[in-house]
Amino acid sequence: MGGYAIEARGLVKRFGAFTAVDGVDLQVAEGSITGMLGPNGAGKTTLLRMLLGIIDPDEGTRTLLGSEKPLKRAHEVGYLPEERGLYQSMKAVDTIAFMGALRQLPLDEGRRRGRVLMEEAGLGHAIEKKIKELSKGMAQTVQLLGTIVHRPRLIVLDEPFSGLDAINQGKLERLIRQQAEDGVTVIFSTHVIAHAERLCENVAIVAGGKVRFDGSVEAARDRLRPQVHLETRETEGNWRAALPAGTEREGHWWHFTLPEGGPEPLLGALIEGKAGIRSLSIERPGLHDAFVAIAGEAAAAEMQRLHSDGDKP
Amino acid sequence: MNETIRAAWVVGRRDFTAIVLSKAFLMFLLGPLFPVGAGILFGSLGNSVAADIGGDMVGISMPADQTQALVRTRAALAEALGETRFPEVRALVPDGRSPKQLLDNAKLEDGNSKGKLAAVLSGSFDAPVLTATAEEAQNMGPELALLIGQARSGTARLQRIAVDPVDSSAGGLQRAQLLTGQAGQFLLFLLVLLLAGMVLSNLVEEKSNKIIEILAAAIPIDAVFIGKLFAMLAMALVGIVVWGAAGMAALQIWGPGLPELPVPALGWPIFIVLGVLYFVMAYLILGSMFLGIGAMASTVREVQTLSMPVTMLQMFVFGFAFYTVSKIGQPIEIVASILPFTSPFAMIARAAQVPVFWPHLVALAGQGLFALLVVRTSAMLFRRNVMKSGGGAGVMQALFGRKKTA
Repeated sequence: MGGYAIEARGLVKRFGAFTAVDGVDLQVAEGSITGMLGPNGAGKTTLLRMLLGIIDPDEGTRTLLGSEKPLKRAHEVGYLPEERGLYQSMKAVDTIAFMGALRQLPLDEGRRRGRVLMEEAGLGHAIEKKIKELSKGMAQTVQLLGTIVHRPRLIVLDEPFSGLDAINQGKLERLIRQQAEDGVTVIFSTHVIAHAERLCENVAIVAGGKVRFDGSVEAARDRLRPQVHLETRETEGNWRAALPAGTEREGHWWHFTLPEGGPEPLLGALIEGKAGIRSLSIERPGLHDAFVAIAGEAAAAEMQRLHSDGDKP
Repeated sequence: MNETIRAAWVVGRRDFTAIVLSKAFLMFLLGPLFPVGAGILFGSLGNSVAADIGGDMVGISMPADQTQALVRTRAALAEALGETRFPEVRALVPDGRSPKQLLDNAKLEDGNSKGKLAAVLSGSFDAPVLTATAEEAQNMGPELALLIGQARSGTARLQRIAVDPVDSSAGGLQRAQLLTGQAGQFLLFLLVLLLAGMVLSNLVEEKSNKIIEILAAAIPIDAVFIGKLFAMLAMALVGIVVWGAAGMAALQIWGPGLPELPVPALGWPIFIVLGVLYFVMAYLILGSMFLGIGAMASTVREVQTLSMPVTMLQMFVFGFAFYTVSKIGQPIEIVASILPFTSPFAMIARAAQVPVFWPHLVALAGQGLFALLVVRTSAMLFRRNVMKSGGGAGVMQALFGRKKTA
């Protein structure tokens, strides 16, 4: 513990003339939950595939659980791809066992654990059912259980909330938290900022094939100054000189970024100048605001559009 | 390497179980019955149609005694040599019309014969005249001349010849073993083509249902390739065992009524073992090529386009090997035995006809090395292309377009 589960330096991946990932540096601390935020086409899936060794980078290096050959550590990794796929004629429990067997878990042990996991997930009635007999949500849950059946040290989830209803999204959030409590490193990609804000200690903001920010959620939010919303009785007076440049006015309301010196000097000037404070709120920026500031308005708008199109938390 | 073998085993075991327990496998096992059934059906239909149409019929308009002699001679010779050896002859009722008129609308003496006349034989034994098209005259002329000669001399009866039986003759055995060799080649070709196609569709299905990414993230992609290749091979060997057992059972039941199969030059046990080994080699070479192609394609249509040249090549390979089956020991047959693509087919034909074993060891070693090369090359193509994302990756780029890697 204490090291990095994933380290990447200068990763580049090109498909013909298109550069999908452009010089990415990334570090994911062991035992952390990291969200990879970005709109479609940002390069998240390609980046995850390179980190896992599914595809090779054109340039750069990556280390996964201490190995520069990620597939050497595949038995310690669980991966849920964005495009879900299962053998339709396979039984649910056999599917979980097969996914475990791929990662060196003996088939019989995989079946035993698969039964337990399905019971815990409330799918005890579907253990012997074929995948094609399950609902889409149930099949997705089976695939997720297959991702963790071998008790990996690192779990990589590509858009795990996509296509899930609110109840199953809640279950998935609980599962991610539980895995993290057990010391497992979790990294997931999403275009729903709310999931990352609720779950993650760290985020990597990806846009245009580059990681624009890699750090804690708090650090991302701290990149923006808090916003002040002030309502006064008076609209004129010497106290106005204390308001910072760029302040926006709406009648008796004033909106501005909290000055570097903090709220105390401002409050002193307002009281001394008899501004007549009716209300004052200081809002710390959310992750969404940080994302807009870091990735840009266009990326944020695309994220919002994707979110509105289907994946409501 | 151990991990690759372990992972290949996991993939192969899953594929094998899934296929063998599927309904499609039952169809695969029943597959060979369809051509046999179709052959019997169309054969009997053909006979029925041929019987309905009737054979070549020649109307005889000669003096009555000569006509009757001709009809009797034809009947006697046809009985001895076979009905199809001579054109059917029928006496015409003399009504004063010319042969040309008779050809158009003759009345036969028996009044109930099927078919229409193809020719009219008139005149006499001394000066016979055949009224027919040039083609018909060329086809029937010699047989009719022979009939007239026999009828005239009154010696239609064949001389009886005593038989001093032997087990085999050099000429007869050669012909029979050639047949065995051709049958072995054809069976090998059909099996390989069928299975290589199944490998391809299996891979495309997995690419389209997105499972390939789960596999590629968990195990070396070479293991996916090898697992799939050998799972299908194992399935094929199960099929061969089942068909072999069914064939043996059929022989036990209907054996006495069937013609005896020509014994291959190396004997049945060695011939069968070599057949299986050559099948394995041919399948590994073609199957791995198809898997490499399948990795480059993302849709069934693309697969069809890409696999067509390989299928055509395979047809050419088979045609070449089939051509050399009767040319054992000639340079062209030796070339076919050496070329890796044709070698399994040429060598199985050789096993049927030449009682020398060592060339098979050399051929198997050569084929094995080439199969290894093709498997490794195809696995490389597979690894390079199977998880390729993003648009615009054409076949040429898939083959040659790898960029600098870390």
